[in-house]
Amino acid sequence: MDFGDSPEESEFRLRLRGWLQGNNPGLPTSSTDDDYWKGAAAWHRSLFGAGFFGMSWPTAIGGQGLPSVYDVIVDEELAASGAPPRPSLGYLVQGILEHGNEDIQARFLPGIISGRERWCQGFSEPDAGSDLASLRTRADRQGDDYVITGHKVWTSYSDDAEWCLVLARTDQEVAKHRGISAFVVPMHQPGIEQRPLRMINGMTKEFGEVAFNEARVPAVNMIGGPGEGWRLAMTIVSHEREPGELGYVARYTKVVNELTRRVRVNPSGFREDQVRDLGWAIVEVEMLRLHVRRRLSDRLNGISHGPEGSVDKLLMTWTEQSLGHAALSIGGIAHGGGDDTALNTYLYSRAQSVMGGTSQIQRNLVAGRILGLPSS
Amino acid sequence: MDVRLSTEQQALRESVARVVDQLAPHAVGEIGNAERTSKLDAAVASSGWRELRLGDDQGDPLATGVEAGIIAEEFGRGLADVSFLGPTMAAELRRLAGAAQSESAETVAFTSDLSSIAIAADGQLSSFVAIDASGCSRALLLAARSDGNFLAEVDVASDEVGLDLTRPSSTLGSPASLEPSGRSISDDDLMRWTALGLSLTCADLVGIMQGAVQLSTDYASQRRQYGAPIGSFQAMQHMLADAFVMMEGSRSVTLHAAWAVDALHPRDAVGAASVAKAYCARAARDVCETAIQVHGGIGNTWECLAHVYLRRALLSSDIFGGAGNSLDRVLQHYGIGA
Repeated sequence: MDFGDSPEESEFRLRLRGWLQGNNPGLPTSSTDDDYWKGAAAWHRSLFGAGFFGMSWPTAIGGQGLPSVYDVIVDEELAASGAPPRPSLGYLVQGILEHGNEDIQARFLPGIISGRERWCQGFSEPDAGSDLASLRTRADRQGDDYVITGHKVWTSYSDDAEWCLVLARTDQEVAKHRGISAFVVPMHQPGIEQRPLRMINGMTKEFGEVAFNEARVPAVNMIGGPGEGWRLAMTIVSHEREPGELGYVARYTKVVNELTRRVRVNPSGFREDQVRDLGWAIVEVEMLRLHVRRRLSDRLNGISHGPEGSVDKLLMTWTEQSLGHAALSIGGIAHGGGDDTALNTYLYSRAQSVMGGTSQIQRNLVAGRILGLPSS
Repeated sequence: MDVRLSTEQQALRESVARVVDQLAPHAVGEIGNAERTSKLDAAVASSGWRELRLGDDQGDPLATGVEAGIIAEEFGRGLADVSFLGPTMAAELRRLAGAAQSESAETVAFTSDLSSIAIAADGQLSSFVAIDASGCSRALLLAARSDGNFLAEVDVASDEVGLDLTRPSSTLGSPASLEPSGRSISDDDLMRWTALGLSLTCADLVGIMQGAVQLSTDYASQRRQYGAPIGSFQAMQHMLADAFVMMEGSRSVTLHAAWAVDALHPRDAVGAASVAKAYCARAARDVCETAIQVHGGIGNTWECLAHVYLRRALLSSDIFGGAGNSLDRVLQHYGIGA
């Protein structure tokens, strides 16, 4: 049992630290800003090019083939240097590694990991949120293609994605979970229209909605077989709940460091209750950092796609929302106009208990699949 | 970096769990049963679990904070009603002072609010209390002298006081004099000792949370209302899920604190342990309150084990200071303290 760096890990940490000194792009504080998303693609390619992204994925697809704990080091050093967090797309990679055939993996994974090709994820629909399996977007076979019609929402990065991982119904007759298939759909085609969604903090770059009107996708772009889309979706959402896969510890640590710095340089400028709000955020972020170390160490036994992700998602949500409260408390609201970073960080944090599966859904999963409580 | 328990550490956990599951109380009525506690005490004594922090030939502890934490956690989970924390902290104090091993079973004395070790300036002991005193005839404290703080021992009175039904505290007997032994305890020593104490109380709290969640999950699966087990209702499920998740977060910070005791500079070990204690103390009270709520009216009766977990959690929280006290330490560690 060792929380410390091995000699190899220490060497890697120092190398990354040195690289960051000359390569920090200086993007805005956090992903709660549109300017952040505008620079995110270039940051992804820069990290990948220097060998600091995809630490634990196979080298054949562009990963570094190292243990997952290297991701913790990346997150810690990104945060310490004030650099942006790493791209959050590990859940896509895990899903395709688990369910895609060799051809799908070879065609798509190198592009995702290198940042050469941008992806979005078409799962949720206006009438299929928590009850994802009731989705109505349909895909009908026509020759070598499928034709897709439907409406997706909360589609992150739909505005600059080349590809969309779409869940669509290919069989209307069977039980709802069994009629769903997954496709890699090219976004730039006449049958697809995407619109940005404006979120409560005013940002427009992250979330979008996508209308599919007889969009076409080659049948060979199906991941898994017909009707196997639900299994892929469950693998993806289980990893989408993991802070270790998302790299959010870097984002949270960066915010907590900045708030701490503000108090340090002006200790008399803050009331005790404000400082204690920050104190609890420090405790939560540190908890999450250590929890991720524990989870990624467990991966040395092999990666599981189980219900532990729901535990992690709740811990991550509590952390982000506690940090949001600290940001509001320390940063305050610029009633006379001015810097609204803190307010936006707070407002953004409210989405964490919804996206990637609501906190209520996570609690259902913990109760049923971990505690073994009877179903109602 | 690999924070999985080693094979030996897992084996230790299993052997402690076996003893606790067999000999610790399973009902309120069994607490204090002399025949059972003496069997449990004998099993713990023969395993040497209370001696893990004694020094070897070089003065290093026989085992790390991680092993000591594993034992503390299992004791908390099973509500083991024999001493462990007190004797372990006494052993650590002897090791740090380079003092000879004691002949008699001993614990440590704290200020009466339990926030710090007893430091006697003039032999006045009335404001001090021996923690986790079951089976202990002596307690260690610090005697303040002009050339430093020195380890000293006093008798433990036989009266038992306190809120925790499984770990009674005790007042101190009147000493003839405070005889210092060993070398003086430095500030670094005291920080190391505090880090161990914080991490062990965190481990006890993690165990308590695990035990309380298990007790409540079992009850919710079996108790029926409206023709269905109450554990099938979402309102119950969400409370219990939150309790489980708080326990998991607590486990992660506690593992780190336990490792930090021996691996980091004392100042950073206390920082790590304070983060852990703030998190665990807050979580444990919530989790134990959930346990009482899930048990309904029964949960508010003396015969239900839920309040035994809560009482034990309140004691472990108060030793070295609870959530607020620990948060103060965290703020200081991060350079934003008052």
